[in-house]
Amino acid sequence: MPALAQPKLTMWYHGAGNEVESQILNQIISDFNTSQSDWTVSIESFPEKTYNDSIAAAALAGNLPDILDVDGPIMPNWAWAGYLQPLPIDESEFADFLPGTKGVWDGKLYSIGLWDAAVALFARQSTLKELGLRTPTLDKPWSSEEFMAALDAAKTSGKYEYALDLGMNDQAEWYSYAFSPFLQSFGGDIVDRSTYRTAEGALNGEAAQAFGKWWQSLFTGGYAPDTSEDPADQQTGFIDGKFAFQWNGNWRAVETMEAVDDVVFLPAPDFGAGSKIGAGSWQFGVSAKSKHPEGAAEFIKFATQDKYLAAFSDGIGLIPPTPSAAQMTKNYKDGGTLAMFFDLSKAQALVRPVTPGYVVQSKVFTKAVADIANGADVADTLDAAVDEIDADIENNDGYGHR
Amino acid sequence: MASKLTLSNRTGWTFALPGFALIVIFVILPFFFAIGLSLTNQRLLSPNPTQFVGLENYQQLLGLAAVTLEPERDDAGEVVRNKAGEIQYPRLRKITRSDDYPQYRGMREWFRWQSGDNVMVVIASDVVFMKALVNTFLFVLAVAPVQAGLALVLALLINQKLRGINVFRAIYFMPVVVSIVVVSLLWRFIYDGQNGLLNSILQGLTFGLFQPVDWLGNPSTALPAIMAMSIWQAVGFHMVIWLAGLQTISPTLYEAAAIEGASKWQTFRYVTWPGLRNTAVLVLIVITMQGFALFAQIDVMTNGGPRDSTQTLVFQAVERGYGKQDISGGSTISVILFAIVLTISLIQRWLTRER
Repeated sequence: MPALAQPKLTMWYHGAGNEVESQILNQIISDFNTSQSDWTVSIESFPEKTYNDSIAAAALAGNLPDILDVDGPIMPNWAWAGYLQPLPIDESEFADFLPGTKGVWDGKLYSIGLWDAAVALFARQSTLKELGLRTPTLDKPWSSEEFMAALDAAKTSGKYEYALDLGMNDQAEWYSYAFSPFLQSFGGDIVDRSTYRTAEGALNGEAAQAFGKWWQSLFTGGYAPDTSEDPADQQTGFIDGKFAFQWNGNWRAVETMEAVDDVVFLPAPDFGAGSKIGAGSWQFGVSAKSKHPEGAAEFIKFATQDKYLAAFSDGIGLIPPTPSAAQMTKNYKDGGTLAMFFDLSKAQALVRPVTPGYVVQSKVFTKAVADIANGADVADTLDAAVDEIDADIENNDGYGHR
Repeated sequence: MASKLTLSNRTGWTFALPGFALIVIFVILPFFFAIGLSLTNQRLLSPNPTQFVGLENYQQLLGLAAVTLEPERDDAGEVVRNKAGEIQYPRLRKITRSDDYPQYRGMREWFRWQSGDNVMVVIASDVVFMKALVNTFLFVLAVAPVQAGLALVLALLINQKLRGINVFRAIYFMPVVVSIVVVSLLWRFIYDGQNGLLNSILQGLTFGLFQPVDWLGNPSTALPAIMAMSIWQAVGFHMVIWLAGLQTISPTLYEAAAIEGASKWQTFRYVTWPGLRNTAVLVLIVITMQGFALFAQIDVMTNGGPRDSTQTLVFQAVERGYGKQDISGGSTISVILFAIVLTISLIQRWLTRER
């Protein structure tokens, strides 16, 4: 091979501004570049807020990088639009990965995650004791009545600004990721997953109506701040003791543990159809236009080694996707502080609807949930959301679902 | 004529060329694209072929209908009333979601009023767009006169030969220099319903009598809150334009007015104001156009909420085109917005023309 024939692979990443994340990723890239002489990978980071826009613009201009990362639920949309090609890696390589980390659309694996994320109810052991509450477990989570009784107890204690912080200011993907599992725990869903061709019945059926009424009661009852919540609260509100409970992701777990000695992470309440939490985080994939898919695959295989999975987990508290990587981490090894998140992910995690239409459905769901929180009529709002989702599916010829 | 335009002006054309090229590439061409796309079903990303759909997008946005709801009657034909004596009506969605009325499918209530025993309901196929339309007009109607007037007052104040006047000029102009995104973020804290600066100040001034208001979380205060902040942010810019206008008025006119014994008000009425005529036209048109483009504040502060009380046309265009990947829908809103702004500018030009 001539000396200059070392093809350069470009990679785009969504985590600009996150120091720990960039450090680990840069380490992986430099390890990869020195480990072999066939390829060099170079990375370009984007702020998360504009990353998806940059990808869409690059795709229209035909400038996609070779390797890109993609948010799990958006992956089907990009695969359907022809941004991604199926991973040129045998699926058996990832046999022991958590299901939420595998991006499968139309029967093919398109992307693989270096971590999964999970949401839990953050609380203090001392709060539970003071309010006389049973500590819920994976096997026996709080029922809907127990959960509301806990919120009531926190509210009447008068020691908190609000009983519960939901992070309502963040009207991006957080709403669908964090709140649609409540709807699913009631027995509803954003879209009918048996066909993916309609939301009728799923998002406005009896279960969804019950979810909507309960959701609205959180705000009319003064249990949680609504959409105008201070953005800083999701970072420090719980730590400062403004809230008794906080519904937050495990990426905030490490920092919260450092600040709060007796923090405990509780599983989601069961509203009738079982406890549910979201799954599927950022994943790596190969762009459809890449001239060197085999090089990109090499890199992705390299990056999914247990030691890197463990490094990400230790760095930002995310769930390592394999049991063997979990044993190498501080927090997720047997008996570790966050070990329950691993079990939580395995037991309760439900990926968001796997359809190219999810991008729109997520927006519609977010607006409906925000409107209901702000006092809109539940039945009318859910019906309108169903109409909008159904119209969009129709406008897109069913998004490839037959 | 042609030779004069092309030959003796060659230098002029050469100078203008880069500017013209940029305007054509980035303003005129995209605009014709938008018109073209608004007649198709173009998506941001989709493997499906683009189809020509005619005016369907416009119908989808502007579709309106009126429905009459008759009171519910019991078996005896009596009007059903609840305990408070209010007449009970069937739910609108029984009609809009019924197979008997396919023409109303997917439409939602925009507003309603009572007429006798019946209720008239105006339903729209895109209620959010209608609300965005109304909010945008309300914003312009409130901001344009207040901002222009306030800027004029400030300009008159700082157009004086006083020691240190530049300090005041800098202070009033400062918000203009700061990015609107940063300003919006800061004002979120000021407007915070719990511990916001505004609530604290109002409580302090009224010795605790004032009840804290969730300025951005309340549908009736959210839009006015954004109006107030927008007026404050851009008032300095228009102040500078007024100031430039003020300084073009010849001092001899003021001397003459003083010799004639004119009062302050008379000087303003018969010297200053006529001298500011062209400036006034400019300020008004610029504020109107900026007002219709309201976006960043909404995007940062409220996302169109609560309950659509701060939806605006540009926010909807972006949300639809980019957020929901419906480029044709976003383009349609842009074209409608263009038509509105053009019409209003023409009307303003006509009203303020030289007579």
